Amino acid sequence: MHGKSVDSRHIFAGRFLLLVGLFLVWQVLTATGILPRFFFGTPLVVLENAASWFVSGKIYKHLGITLIETVLAFGGGTLLGLVVGLWLALSPGPSSLLEPYIKGANAMPRVILAPIFSVWFGLGILSKVALGITLVFFIVFFNVYEGVREVSPVVLANARMLGATRRQLLRHVYLPSATSWVFSSLHTSVGMAFVGAVVGEYLGSSAGVGYLILQAEGAFDINTVFAGILVLTAFALLLDWIVTMLERRFLRWRPTGLSVETH
Amino acid sequence: MNAVAALELQGVTCTFAPAVRGARPYTAVEDVSLRVRPGEFVSIVGPTGCGKSTLLNIAAGLIAPTSGNVLTAGAPLSGLNRDAGYLFQADALLPWRDARDNVAAGLRFRSVEPKEASRRAEEWLVRVGLGGFGDRYPHQLSGGMRKRVALAQTLILDPKIVLMDEPFSALDVQTRQLMENEVLELWSVDRKSVVFITHDLEEAIALSDRVVVLSAGPATRPIGEFPIDLARPRDVSEVRLTGRFLELHREIWDLLKAEVLEGYARQKCG
Repeated sequence: MHGKSVDSRHIFAGRFLLLVGLFLVWQVLTATGILPRFFFGTPLVVLENAASWFVSGKIYKHLGITLIETVLAFGGGTLLGLVVGLWLALSPGPSSLLEPYIKGANAMPRVILAPIFSVWFGLGILSKVALGITLVFFIVFFNVYEGVREVSPVVLANARMLGATRRQLLRHVYLPSATSWVFSSLHTSVGMAFVGAVVGEYLGSSAGVGYLILQAEGAFDINTVFAGILVLTAFALLLDWIVTMLERRFLRWRPTGLSVETH
Repeated sequence: MNAVAALELQGVTCTFAPAVRGARPYTAVEDVSLRVRPGEFVSIVGPTGCGKSTLLNIAAGLIAPTSGNVLTAGAPLSGLNRDAGYLFQADALLPWRDARDNVAAGLRFRSVEPKEASRRAEEWLVRVGLGGFGDRYPHQLSGGMRKRVALAQTLILDPKIVLMDEPFSALDVQTRQLMENEVLELWSVDRKSVVFITHDLEEAIALSDRVVVLSAGPATRPIGEFPIDLARPRDVSEVRLTGRFLELHREIWDLLKAEVLEGYARQKCG
């Protein structure tokens, strides 16, 4: 991942070839009838459907809604996880009081909440955001909680000896330490935010990519279902890439491989 | 002598609660009295695991003694010792701050303007031989460089007394001697009081005005004090070759050896 090795161009070519290869195998298997076209679709039609969505512009509204839901769930869940994680990690009393409840809420399969959220918040964006937040929150929360507890006692003692107040410790020691843990969880949580949005749409909505897929399934239009999945996957990769860029910007201080100098 | 000591421990005892229920509490240091005069460089040597760091943490106010008093400049200490700077044995820099911001951290905690803090941090980086390294993060610096940053980070706050806990024990011999000379040079400029903890007797003699020998733990206490009358300024690698140094070394080692062997035996028996 790090550094520009001579091989990086080969890797890119290899990845692309692998993608083309997969589509070719899929195409051959369905064209020869080894796999039934009705259930497995045809890659060419899938690609055509996806392309026509973008050409006709039909997809933009749905994609926009799904992405807004994802970003709101991601942002809201991350912020909430960060605040609650910091608070509980630094206050042993409430932390031990709430421990079984947090464990329980985390162990609960929260996708089940989607219909309840639909009733509470309606079929619009809000119910999907709520579902996404419940998924993202726990990932970030546990990472922050762990991050704060893992702060080196020596770094902490040093900051105190340098005159840091409790507030300054929070801002200059606990928060940056937790941030590095949060970032390692963001790749998982951005995916989870996406899952929340699409599953929410799938279970009841009037717009969004999940809604498009649901409609296509109702019409046994397997090619459109796959087209929807394809578009979702592409944008999930895009979101993941954005997180990677943010990570590079904010975690410059973290060692990456062997960059230590000698005397 | 001076009426007011820069740091004074009076009959300090520190007992830790047992880790397991029913076990006996562990007394790390017992009835330790120690005076450090203003501008004096005192080294404390003792066998490993004898409670040297506990003593320093008490002086810093990071740990409260079970009984006894700590006085800084004549006043009883409560909470952290605001007169003291602490150079830790382990890496203590903020890993998410570059060298300049690390040195400036203490100033920023005291609400000095960012620009002013950066300017003064840059000056200190030059003083410890790291001019031009301000933008490096700790992981991009060598062990010796990180110690220099830590030294600047502590000294920029102009503490009245500097506590050092085996600060150079993780460095290789050459870097270590360079750092020792540098500490002596910085110290000679404004003669702060220094309490230097080490298990290396040669280092202790080469640097100090006075060497205090501790007994093997548990219940460590001072068992000997040796004024070091070697002329200053000293070069730590040259002073080691003088006759007086060897004499002092023999004298102190005679006392220390028994404690080291005892400490070793106790550790072995568990």
